[in-house]
Amino acid sequence: MSDKKDMSRRDFLLYAIGGWAAVGAGATLYAMYKTWEPLPEVKAAGVVEFDLSLVKPGEIRVIEWRRKPVFILRRTPEMKAGCPKRTVRTSLGDFTIVIGICTHLGCIPNWESDKNIWHCPCHGGEYDACGRNIFGPPPRPLEIPPFKLNGNIIVLGEEGPEYKAMIG
Amino acid sequence: MRLIDWLDERLEIRKLIKVTLIDYKVPKNINFLWSFGMLLVLMFAILFISGLFLLMYYKPDSNLAFDSVNKTIMMDVSFGWLFRHVHAVGASIVFLLLYIHIARGIFYGSYKPPREVVWITGYILFVLFSATAFTGYLLPWGQMSYWAAQTITTLFEKIPFIGPDLVIWIRGDYAVADATLTRFFALHVVFLPVLIMIVMAIHLYSVRVVGSNNEDGKPIDKKKEGVPFWPVFMSKEFFVMTVFLLFFFFLVFYKFDFAMDRVNFEPANPLQTPTHIYPEWYFLAYYEVLRGFFFSQNLGLIAFALSMVLILFLPWLDKSPIVSGKNRPLFQIAFWIFILDFLVLTVLGKLPPTGLYAWIGLIASLIFFGFFISLPIIAKIEKKQLEGEKK
Ligand code: HEM
Ligand code: FES
Repeated sequence: MSDKKDMSRRDFLLYAIGGWAAVGAGATLYAMYKTWEPLPEVKAAGVVEFDLSLVKPGEIRVIEWRRKPVFILRRTPEMKAGCPKRTVRTSLGDFTIVIGICTHLGCIPNWESDKNIWHCPCHGGEYDACGRNIFGPPPRPLEIPPFKLNGNIIVLGEEGPEYKAMIG
Repeated sequence: MRLIDWLDERLEIRKLIKVTLIDYKVPKNINFLWSFGMLLVLMFAILFISGLFLLMYYKPDSNLAFDSVNKTIMMDVSFGWLFRHVHAVGASIVFLLLYIHIARGIFYGSYKPPREVVWITGYILFVLFSATAFTGYLLPWGQMSYWAAQTITTLFEKIPFIGPDLVIWIRGDYAVADATLTRFFALHVVFLPVLIMIVMAIHLYSVRVVGSNNEDGKPIDKKKEGVPFWPVFMSKEFFVMTVFLLFFFFLVFYKFDFAMDRVNFEPANPLQTPTHIYPEWYFLAYYEVLRGFFFSQNLGLIAFALSMVLILFLPWLDKSPIVSGKNRPLFQIAFWIFILDFLVLTVLGKLPPTGLYAWIGLIASLIFFGFFISLPIIAKIEKKQLEGEKK
């Protein structure tokens, strides 16, 4: 065998081994990446039902959905909301339904019933009774979770026509 | 035959000691600030050993973690409290040592050629220690643990396009949860400490290749001027270590609560944010840069990210041929303003970001960046001056 042929054969083996190793490394990294994804049971527990008639006027309830607190506020006329796009209408009256996570850095705001606002303890952000940011660092209003209405039962995690109308 | 001879024949142990310890010559014109490197090695060993004993009773499960730390380790295991206090105080003091070690490097120009690799590996060590402290802080699963992890992981949400999915991927859940705890645990006790040991070895090796810097920043003639690392340098180092350990164990026995936040003795509650969330003292300065640009969240985030990486680029920002800050009056001014500014940022980081504090925070954040901008300018002025002298 000539020297030249020998070299190219070595090169071929080198590239073959290198290529094969790269495939193996890529596959391993992909498998590692996948192990960090949420487990199936975590993904599945994404739909929650709640009976809105349990909330008295002016009262706020906090329920858990996808590990996030969801605020359910049954509004009173004094709250003078005026935010049709952020209002969940039912036969019981108007509700504010928002994810209770500050849009600034993710703390949980507290409801201050004397002022009808949510106040964020972390950096002093404030939201009105519609969940709109009215003061401080929060850049956006509180988010509205996808929901569906079955009479007075609200289903979080599914998109009903009322929800689509709100975000549309 | 003596054991050392037996080993020498098989491992060349004498040659190894000679090359790494005796032939490694340290300049005579160094001061006690040069003892912090070995103090950091000591501190890592203490963290490693105390961590190992915590590991024997710690349970990485969101239902068990809090009690395994606050009941089993603190109350039931004999001397368990001691290992926990050593570990928590150690994790805090290691950053004090790191900051002094880094400031020493900045003042005496230790990042300049030929020590760039020393500087880069040192920076990587700082990042690794930060990651280790951050992941470790989640493990006791108290309120502060939980909300610190929640807030910091939320920062990634702001990365364009991939942010929201990336956060869920990092947490393994829609919020910080059991999946997050167990992966942080794996990183904290295996992956990061192993990486730290590897990078530490490269760091020490690179110092041995290029030699230690000194107060005057002038390279020494290794044959005539230096003293051997072993036994001369280390004999002094042992004295410094003794004094340091007295201080360290004073903190462990009498002042440990500075390293263990009261809020963290309440179990994690994902539905209740504590009234104030703040990082441990060693991250407060960066946290204040994040909040400093109070009028724009995105600007704050960019500034926050920059504030942590800029220091890596010192060798390329400051190209002045004069090495030691001792011989650079302009640089000295910039340096001391920077140190003072870092302290101001650290203090502000724990104060409410309102009114006057918000404005001081903004100014202090700008001064922080001002230091890095001033470096190339000062270098230019100094180059001109040197040329003028030659003429
Ligand atoms: C091989 C080395 C290490 C091991 C095996 C280890 C192990 C552990 C374990 C099991 C815990 C949970 C128990 C507890 O919270 O007290 C913990 C907590 C912690 N670790 Fe480590 N660790 C190591 C190194 C480090 C390093 C290098 C740092 C910092 C730079 C660090 C910082 C922390 C912190 C801040 C905590 C929480 C302390 C508390 O409040 O109790 N650890 N570590
Ligand atoms: S997290 Fe609510 S104001 Fe910053």
